[in-house]
Amino acid sequence: MVLTIVIAVVGVLVLASAGLLVVTRARRGTEARHRAPGVPHAAPSHLRQGPASPAPEGAADAGAVGQVAAGALQLGPRPALRDRLDRARSLFGGYLEQIRARAVDETTFEELEEALILADVGVRTTTALLDDLRSRVRSGEIEGSSGALLGALRADIEGLFAGDSAELATAPPGSGGPTVWLFVGVNGVGKTTTIGKVAAREAAEGRKVVLAAGDTFRAAAGEQLETWAGRAHAQLIRGAEGADPSSVIFDAVQHGAARGADLVLADTAGRLHTKVNLMEELRKVRRIAERPPGKLTEVLLVLDATTGQNGLVQARQFTEAVGVTGIVLTKLDGTAKGGVVLAIRNELGLPIKLVGVGESAADLVEFDPKEFVAALFE
Amino acid sequence: MVFPGSVGGPTNLREPMFDTLTDRFEGILTRLRSRGRLGDAEVNEVLREIRVALLEADVNLAVVRDLVERIRARCSGAELSKSLTPAQQVIKVVSEELTTTLGGEPFKLSYASKPPTVVLLAGLQGSGKTTASAKLARWFKQQGRHPYLAAADLRRPAAVEQLRILGKEVGVPVFSEPTDPVEVSRKALAEAERVGRDVLIVDTAGRLSIDLALMAEVRSISSALRPDYTFLVIDAMTGQDAVSTAKAFNDALELDGVILTKIDGDARGGAALSVKQVVGKPIAFVSTGERVADFDTFYPERLASRILGMGDVLSLIEKAEREYDAGVAEKAAERLQKGQFTFEDFLEQLQQVKRMGPLQGMLGMLPGVPKEVRDAKIEDKDIGRIEAIIRSMTMAERRNPDLLNGSRRLRIANGSGTSTTDVNNLTKQFREMQKMMRTLGPIAGLGRAKARKTARNRKVKGGRVTPSPRGAR
Repeated sequence: MVLTIVIAVVGVLVLASAGLLVVTRARRGTEARHRAPGVPHAAPSHLRQGPASPAPEGAADAGAVGQVAAGALQLGPRPALRDRLDRARSLFGGYLEQIRARAVDETTFEELEEALILADVGVRTTTALLDDLRSRVRSGEIEGSSGALLGALRADIEGLFAGDSAELATAPPGSGGPTVWLFVGVNGVGKTTTIGKVAAREAAEGRKVVLAAGDTFRAAAGEQLETWAGRAHAQLIRGAEGADPSSVIFDAVQHGAARGADLVLADTAGRLHTKVNLMEELRKVRRIAERPPGKLTEVLLVLDATTGQNGLVQARQFTEAVGVTGIVLTKLDGTAKGGVVLAIRNELGLPIKLVGVGESAADLVEFDPKEFVAALFE
Repeated sequence: MVFPGSVGGPTNLREPMFDTLTDRFEGILTRLRSRGRLGDAEVNEVLREIRVALLEADVNLAVVRDLVERIRARCSGAELSKSLTPAQQVIKVVSEELTTTLGGEPFKLSYASKPPTVVLLAGLQGSGKTTASAKLARWFKQQGRHPYLAAADLRRPAAVEQLRILGKEVGVPVFSEPTDPVEVSRKALAEAERVGRDVLIVDTAGRLSIDLALMAEVRSISSALRPDYTFLVIDAMTGQDAVSTAKAFNDALELDGVILTKIDGDARGGAALSVKQVVGKPIAFVSTGERVADFDTFYPERLASRILGMGDVLSLIEKAEREYDAGVAEKAAERLQKGQFTFEDFLEQLQQVKRMGPLQGMLGMLPGVPKEVRDAKIEDKDIGRIEAIIRSMTMAERRNPDLLNGSRRLRIANGSGTSTTDVNNLTKQFREMQKMMRTLGPIAGLGRAKARKTARNRKVKGGRVTPSPRGAR
């Protein structure tokens, strides 16, 4: 099977490319580095042991001018989602009251469908939610104005998250090694920032935190995490650029165990879930992160709230590869509503753990379904 | 595999990705074949499918409505074509409408009469501005220009450092200083003029469109620079919100175009369609991969077929064109057509194909590849096994597979750590390929010429948004 495919593809490509190459003399540009772990940039993982740069704010790099969250350790009270989110982002904009007062008819359903789809809930989950409501209206279970219907929809969405806990699991005390949380996701969703914020939160609660700079691919990802490590007074374990991420995480866990750390937060390079070799690499990272003395208790998929239906595919693929245990939904303070998490919860059963609603460390809060739904509706 | 703390609830991970639109249409439209016209009932049914497909591709709801109406106008009552199945015919209409919407005025870049040409990049956090800046710089360099990069993202920790590293990689100098973004931009411009760089690319911090303070900041950067081009950098995975983001940035900055990033994933990129339709600005560039070379100007018809889930064979060919060694491929094709293709050639080609990246990715770009094949796991190991078998052959055997008798096969199997069945399979498949390719040979080259012609035709008719009557083509 595989053989047939390989041969066919090679054959087709030979013909296609040769056919056109005769016409257009190709210029070749392969000087760019390939992203095989450690191939062109093979360098031993240089551990930077000891307290990683407790650098004062702003000194870590010139780019950190005008930094967010100066003195991030003073985490204020948990901000209410409602206060952080713009009212204009509500599903129904200004006309919620109008809908509420009307009788239930097909227009109401159309409006609800439109609102849910515009919130990126996706066709399938939207249809499932509304079909259920329709049949309940028909059976007389829901009666009265559209207000009752809206209430029922709200309850249904909240019900999707019933039984979930936003608490992040830790290893039982006395288990002889640090708890390990692994952060994964596609490029640009905010993994490194999330880790920085989580580190600040956990450190503020008195935990000893080690950060593993497992993103050895993106330029300056290590420096970015270093700045956050400085803010959170966490230790940072880094490898050379292009080093094997597993080795960095392995070293971080070893280091954490030796220093009696409570928690190791492992960063990974952003990767599109379609890149087979990179997902393989991530599988390996997970296997290594699981090794004693570390106790891997959470694999968190970081998801950007602006993501559309591809979020579901991401969640599916990352779960298949590394057993995602929960979602961190970032950048919810923009105009995007992050409705794809409903589809993810509905179809994959993955709970939402944390929600990012701003740039400071205090703005990463536990997910509360009531609040989330209230922010959608009000 | 059981993971500790694994989730409860229904997990249907293996659920198939959605079928291609063509497959779905075939189902609806097969019963049509006997009749002469597309009836309203069938068209409605098909349009519902199209609507769902477009929404699942993250095309904005308002844009979907508009498109569906245009497609309806062209489909209902249309005469059935003799050469196409009804499904193909509808697909053609849909694809044409999408291409028209995406295309329109193609993006044309002209350089400022008084250099430097200033390019400003803006967008949400994590959309890929910094990477796109470096890629764009490399692109300008390839056009024979002398770009200069300004790192005006002073918010995200290490963003400047990231741009410096990328700048070094593409061989373009980077300007920055720890002052403020407006100051950095202004000085970068002065510096570019002083040292005689003719293109200035300014990377800015990611910002939310509703963050008034930051939107004001980017506006003041813009008024300080008076950029010749302002691009919105937008992630191909963006959902319905793409429209409000694009609108807000367009209102604040007067965009000239869009750079679409991360289209190397499997997101269908419907956001691009929404943005194009809503702000009316062309998609100028697409970022197609993680390496700095993975950056290209935009081809509407490719994205149209991608939104429809129809593969992206043109991109594949381009990739081959870039990575393949021209001489070697030319020779190989010649030999293939003459039936002289040997294992030696095959091995050489395999090396080239491997350079293009994982085979799995390429498979996804080929249209009409059955789902089972697309989902088949092809690992480097499998290719390694094929290589091992060929490398265990003597030169004479590689050139003349007829030599391979039982004892030779056994020797090869032992030498490569495989079984004789593996060796037999390979030789059998190889022969079949030879046979198949000999008949296909000359067509491949022609196909390309034809594709170019079509692309040109499309450009000519680009810009039309109103439903075009069938006779127009």
